[in-house]
Amino acid sequence: MDATAKGPGRQVTQPLTKIPATSDGRITGSRIEDPPLVTGQGRFLDDLDPLPGTLVAAIVRSPHAHAKIRKVDLTRARSHPGVAAVIGPEEVLETLKPFPLSLRTNMPYYPTGTDKVRYVGEPVAVVVATDRYTAEDAAELVRVDYDVLPAVVDTKKAANPDSAVLHEGADSNIASDRSFTFGSVDDAFARAAHVVSEEYKFPRYSSTPMECYSVIAEWRDESTGPQITAYANFHGPFSIVPILAGALGISTAQLRIIVPADNGGSFGIKSGVYPYIALMALASRHAGRPVRWTEDRIEHLLSSSAGSDRIMRFKAAVSATGTVEALDVDFQENVGAYLRPPEPATLYRCFGNITGPYGIDAVRMRARAVVTNKVPTGLNRGFGGQQLYFGLERLMDKIAVTVGKDPLELRRTNAIPTSAFPYATPTGGIYDSGDYEKAFAMLTESAQYEKLRAEQQAARERGEIMGIGIAAIVEPSATNIGYIALATPQDERVRGRDKSGSTEHVRVSVDPQGVVSVLLGTVPQGQGHATVAREIVANQLGLSVEQVVPKIDMDTATTPWTITTGSYSSRFSPLLTSALVEATDRIAATIKVAASVLLAEDPTELELADGEVRVTADPQRSVLFRHAAGLIHWDPGSLPDTFEAQLNAEAAFTPPESTAASKTDQINSSLCYGFVLELAVVRIDPETLEIAIEKVFSVHDPGTVLNPVLLEGQIHGAMVHGLGGAMYEEMFYSESGQPTSTFMDYLVPTSAEAAFPLTSETFETPSPLSRLGAKGAGEGSSMSFPAVVANAVSDALAPHGVQITSLPLHGNVIHELLSNS
Amino acid sequence: MKAAPFAYVRPTRLQDAVTELGSAQHGGGKVIAGGQSLVPVLAMRLGRPSTLVDITRVEELTHMTVDDQCLRVAAAVRQRRVQREASQLVPLLGLALPWVGHREIRSRGTVCGSLAHADPSAEMPAVAMSLNATVEVTGPNGRRQVSAADFFTGAMATVTEPTEIVTSVSFPIASSDEGYGFAEIARRHGDYAIAGVAARVRSTSGAVVEAPITSFGVSDKPQLRDMSGALQRAVDSLGDPAAPTSEITNALEEPAHAMAEDVVTTAGDSHGSTAYRKRLVRVLAARELARAYRSSLKGA
Repeated sequence: MDATAKGPGRQVTQPLTKIPATSDGRITGSRIEDPPLVTGQGRFLDDLDPLPGTLVAAIVRSPHAHAKIRKVDLTRARSHPGVAAVIGPEEVLETLKPFPLSLRTNMPYYPTGTDKVRYVGEPVAVVVATDRYTAEDAAELVRVDYDVLPAVVDTKKAANPDSAVLHEGADSNIASDRSFTFGSVDDAFARAAHVVSEEYKFPRYSSTPMECYSVIAEWRDESTGPQITAYANFHGPFSIVPILAGALGISTAQLRIIVPADNGGSFGIKSGVYPYIALMALASRHAGRPVRWTEDRIEHLLSSSAGSDRIMRFKAAVSATGTVEALDVDFQENVGAYLRPPEPATLYRCFGNITGPYGIDAVRMRARAVVTNKVPTGLNRGFGGQQLYFGLERLMDKIAVTVGKDPLELRRTNAIPTSAFPYATPTGGIYDSGDYEKAFAMLTESAQYEKLRAEQQAARERGEIMGIGIAAIVEPSATNIGYIALATPQDERVRGRDKSGSTEHVRVSVDPQGVVSVLLGTVPQGQGHATVAREIVANQLGLSVEQVVPKIDMDTATTPWTITTGSYSSRFSPLLTSALVEATDRIAATIKVAASVLLAEDPTELELADGEVRVTADPQRSVLFRHAAGLIHWDPGSLPDTFEAQLNAEAAFTPPESTAASKTDQINSSLCYGFVLELAVVRIDPETLEIAIEKVFSVHDPGTVLNPVLLEGQIHGAMVHGLGGAMYEEMFYSESGQPTSTFMDYLVPTSAEAAFPLTSETFETPSPLSRLGAKGAGEGSSMSFPAVVANAVSDALAPHGVQITSLPLHGNVIHELLSNS
Repeated sequence: MKAAPFAYVRPTRLQDAVTELGSAQHGGGKVIAGGQSLVPVLAMRLGRPSTLVDITRVEELTHMTVDDQCLRVAAAVRQRRVQREASQLVPLLGLALPWVGHREIRSRGTVCGSLAHADPSAEMPAVAMSLNATVEVTGPNGRRQVSAADFFTGAMATVTEPTEIVTSVSFPIASSDEGYGFAEIARRHGDYAIAGVAARVRSTSGAVVEAPITSFGVSDKPQLRDMSGALQRAVDSLGDPAAPTSEITNALEEPAHAMAEDVVTTAGDSHGSTAYRKRLVRVLAARELARAYRSSLKGA
């Protein structure tokens, strides 16, 4: 992919927010995070040794997808030289409680199998030893006797009453089954000129961070009870903290979680590290020493977490002219062996934007979460978006064919008009801003759409297989966690225990030399939060970026946080930056008061610029920012009598639009809603059936652009993640529940696969809800690209009578489709 | 992902390496050179040799020499070096080596190691067979020479005894009347092939003299076939030895199809079913035989 801004195809339509340069003009958008990372100076958890005397753990995992644990014999492992402790189901049950779930269902989830194992790779025992080699040697001596049970991995089979049951305490494998109707759905279908429907299957795939899970845990029995300190590369949501405390049977005050500043990528997947925090804390209790566990690649691929696979039935009521009047969707989500919190959140994350960018007033939705003998699902970049839009955008293509319209035109005419913003969706979403018409105009122009279609016609006449795929998606960001409540029926939700919100915290302080420190509690994993925060604070306070020092720190004992804290659902751009503005406003006010003393001028007459505080009407009269700060530190006696010498400002940005689910089951499930319109051109070799992505055009509206270089990086990264799901990555399970377990089978796209030409364009409709107008932009193309590729391949193969209803797509799949058509 | 315990020795003389391998307990010795396949096997505890015999410091195994119209590549020579230094002498190696893993892998991996590992989807065994290379194996009873056609006995299996070391492979230097073709299809660049072919054609004044083609990724071992008759008939049918490659390719469709039906016996997997692999071998065999034939004419 063309990562550098060059080439005739690349253009940025709007002059983007100016990137502050250093005083010598050196920096033009490069990241302050990079020099240590690219020179090997990053300090990840495995590089740190915060607790002297730490031992090392290895985990014994289930080789079976479904089996009763008959007997666990730890004797030989315990007597192996170098082993400090070995724990199994007995020790787990003795101390831990099941993790509190997101909804009431009798499917207890512990960090190991206890009565049974329910997926290949499920932990059964932990060996703690002097080093990992010894621990793995001893792990081989753990003897587990299993009674193998029939496994079920297929969602529909698992939902069938005849299926093997995973959790005997529950009636069936269906953990949650909810239906919602908004607007006159039946009427719309009754009067529809066309009813267009299809069943789609979205595959299970994951993220592949460079660093896998890592935990160091120490359990200390103090006079007041257990005190647990855990270092982990966990990044939220911190709603998990009370869940962990619940499983450990302690209060949240007895649990301290510390996250290292360097976290080697996640894309959501590392939120699934938390069961191991509980497990290693327990291991530490038995070993009497701190315990370190570093997940290896095999463990990560086999048993960390995954995005959910989903079977989706989509049905649309369509007018004769192609207007979609109503949508009826039925989702069956395969959540794996346990309903691991925050699941079944994937089903509901896009609740408020289930109609995508289209003005559809009537919606029916059924959402089922089904447990099967696969690894439990969790956060994965896009989180529910790629599943939803794969179905919705494939359906839009089918509607276009049905009514005989061009697919781009069909989308354009169904899209919400610019004049309609802010726009309320039938499911409770409030789209804060947008100009979809502009995006359609930009894409039509940049892709030269009509010419492309003519080229396609000519190519087909030459016997070539060429396709054009389009997807239009709304990119939700800044999740309102209240949507998880929708999995529980309205009358079962406990009054006074509502959940909502999307708060984000920051702390800004100024030292005696006027250097501004910014403490970020967003727990990033490489996104560049520090770079952007520094630029924003420098802009807000009229300083050069060198005068601002961002610090990444998360320690639940000292860093401000709430339940919603964490790095997920693209929260940084809309939320954290808003908190930064609020905190720096307060700092600016304080600095102005100090300067007003030095300048003998009213604070309201002052402004901050160029490292100075100056009189707005007479800029020659000024003092340096650092002198004003110095006054507050050194000479607070000179300040006005009632003035507090406060150069620390904490802000918690709390958007009032993120409220709990209503009694009518509606919710504004995100704060901000961006827009992506994307087009891909593919060619398929008529002989080998290999798919080549010839070029891609992507138009994004992320609200105000904070840093164009990082935005471009997010677009590329999200797209390649989506490419993985579209063409390469699949966590495939055999009938007996044996998964893909190595990178020989689980194919992550490399730079060679991602080298297609990309023209990405950006424009801004600022959000009225965030302080800088920014929306999240880290997930859009990961939601759209699987649909774009599928639409392009389907378009290419349309003359051959093939349509695409599942992923991934590659030569072998095309061969099979053509052989069967 | 930590290996089970093993002993590690790094002798400097070939004789010592053979002795170490022979004296390993229970015949559990294993040779390591580049380690690009062996190390993951050890880390996953899929293999548990009692002793690893590292041959990279055996001086005589680090040489690449030309003698007797042959390029002799000793056991510790990295693939990257062969690619850089010998692609002119043995053009089929030059065509095939870019497909072996990635550059980082080739800078560690060895050509002889790839042969000894004998993955049925690997490139080097197929090249060795199409070039009629000779593999030299050294053991307690001295050296022996084995033709590539006889060397591979099945999936990850060769005629090498547990106490023997593959010490070199000799590829005939290209002659001017030869042409080559190599292609493979993989899901991603650098992966083992779903299917691939390595073709060599020798012709005199347009008449086909030799046309061996080896298919890989199709069976438990690479499959060598003589396509000289089929290629001659295809060229004859066009009535013009200088016909364009695409026409020769089309004329080869029938025999390529028949060959694919013959050589593809693997059960297939999620990357490629048996039927898809047959399709790929048919397409690639016709293309690469035509390409090899055309390039054989240039030197004539």
